[in-house]
Amino acid sequence: MKPEYKIISDIVDENSRVLDVGCDDGTLMEFLKKNKNVDIRGIEISKEKVQACISKGLTVIEGNAEFDLKQFPNKSFDYVVLGQTLQAFINPEAVIRELLRVGKKAIVTIPNFGHWKVRLNLLIKGTMPMTKTLPHEWYNTPNIHMCTIKDFFKFSQKINFKIFKSLALINENVSNINNSNLLTKNLFSELGIFLIEKSNEN
Amino acid sequence: MNLKEKIKTIIVDKPLKLDCGQIINNFPLAYETYGSLNAKKDNAILVCHALTGDQFVTGLNPITKKDGWWSYAVGPNKSIDTNKYFVICANVIGGCMGSFGPGHINQETQKIYGTDFPVITINDIVNAQVNLLDHFEIKKLFSVVGGSMGGMQVLQFVSNFPEKAKTAVPIACTPSHSAQNIAFNELGRQAITADNNWSDGKYSSTKSTPDKGLAVARMAAHITYLSKKGLQEKFGRKLQERDDLKFGFDADFQIESYLRYQGSVFVDRFDANSYLYITRAMDYFDLVKQFDGNLSNAFKNSKTKFFIMSFTSDWLYPTQENKEIVIALNAVGADVAFVEIVSDKGHDSFLLNVPDFLKTLKNFLDKSYVE
Repeated sequence: MKPEYKIISDIVDENSRVLDVGCDDGTLMEFLKKNKNVDIRGIEISKEKVQACISKGLTVIEGNAEFDLKQFPNKSFDYVVLGQTLQAFINPEAVIRELLRVGKKAIVTIPNFGHWKVRLNLLIKGTMPMTKTLPHEWYNTPNIHMCTIKDFFKFSQKINFKIFKSLALINENVSNINNSNLLTKNLFSELGIFLIEKSNEN
Repeated sequence: MNLKEKIKTIIVDKPLKLDCGQIINNFPLAYETYGSLNAKKDNAILVCHALTGDQFVTGLNPITKKDGWWSYAVGPNKSIDTNKYFVICANVIGGCMGSFGPGHINQETQKIYGTDFPVITINDIVNAQVNLLDHFEIKKLFSVVGGSMGGMQVLQFVSNFPEKAKTAVPIACTPSHSAQNIAFNELGRQAITADNNWSDGKYSSTKSTPDKGLAVARMAAHITYLSKKGLQEKFGRKLQERDDLKFGFDADFQIESYLRYQGSVFVDRFDANSYLYITRAMDYFDLVKQFDGNLSNAFKNSKTKFFIMSFTSDWLYPTQENKEIVIALNAVGADVAFVEIVSDKGHDSFLLNVPDFLKTLKNFLDKSYVE
């Protein structure tokens, strides 16, 4: 199980309604069901994984989050979870807007491209970085829109959403990210975990 | 009569008002069951058959002496496990395997109904078979399952009786019969009515029947159940028991021979007038229109757990039409799972040995049952 699942579970309220976008084989869904007794749905692009989820008794639909979120009504979920897939979308901005329309809140996790190993990799080797969280070659990576934790903060201002909680994952340890430690967290975190909500102005 | 002994029937005495306005009562509804109903009566699955199916879902069909139409999916330890579940299937009204249909004798005229039989709808079919639940004193089905026209019945059933099914599995179907599908059905009906033996539907089963027309209808329909790729791989341009073309109109190609065979065996087990009535019921099916253009309203406040499946190579009831059901269900926050199964066997995939389909159906049912 991925280390961030425990963190996501801590954020989610008991008995809430959750949508897991890109739910993979349903591991997080099962974990949240067991720990928080949530009413949870999933959407997943891979047929094999959808079949795996259904075989576990999970309610999952095959679909592409980039196009298929529109069938869900406004605020029909308390939380919409997007785990490490924002960077794989053609239009991450549109996806974030959809997450915040469908969910009262969204939990977004991103592999941090600002991590020192990534930076060093490019600096020393002069080739596109490959790390534990980013194992692909440049030509076969699904990650077409990589960003850093700092980028995500800037993104929140640009498309106007509120970040309620921002957490850094460093060697399976969790810590808060704030304005004063942003630069160091952006250098040392493998993963950023954000709880976000639509700003009232829009 | 020997045939009658093999067919279980209830007589529905409750009057049923059909969509066409006519009221029918004291009519026969033929059915078959598999497995056994448990003491809590919570393990029943209603299986709804497709256009040319019947109540003999699995095992040997005692009338046709062939395997039941869903033998791959239904039986001990199979997807619909008859060791666990009590499977009920009714022959649709309008059909020809014992339920009230156009081949029955009209008591007023002492002749077969033929085209005097009322036009029936999927809604009528469902409203007739719900009587079987009362017969077995089942308050709530564990599941209602069906593919193609069977899937339409599943949708209509949960819409009509939202409290009567814990889960629902509509497979390879549509919420609203498309123009293309109406067109294919019309082709079949025209083939039947163009056969002189049809005689305005007044043929009797002891005299000459419109076999040629019905066979052509079946042949045309059979093509729509397969995929281009599946046909190409199975038959290609292979010749039928000959080394070269014969420059005539015999079945030179294997595909021709295969279709002729499909047509000829079909007429032995199916009634032409039933074919007219049931295809009409499919054409009239439009759950979207029934709910004034908003399919979601068909499932409002539904507590039923849905699982919808489609097949990649099914061009008769394509994934997009199945997804319309998923979208409508999600719009009202219903519990719905959906997957498109990879198969090159076309619309018929749900009837055939498609392991991914059979496995996923089994897992869904077994997991939902223990919950």
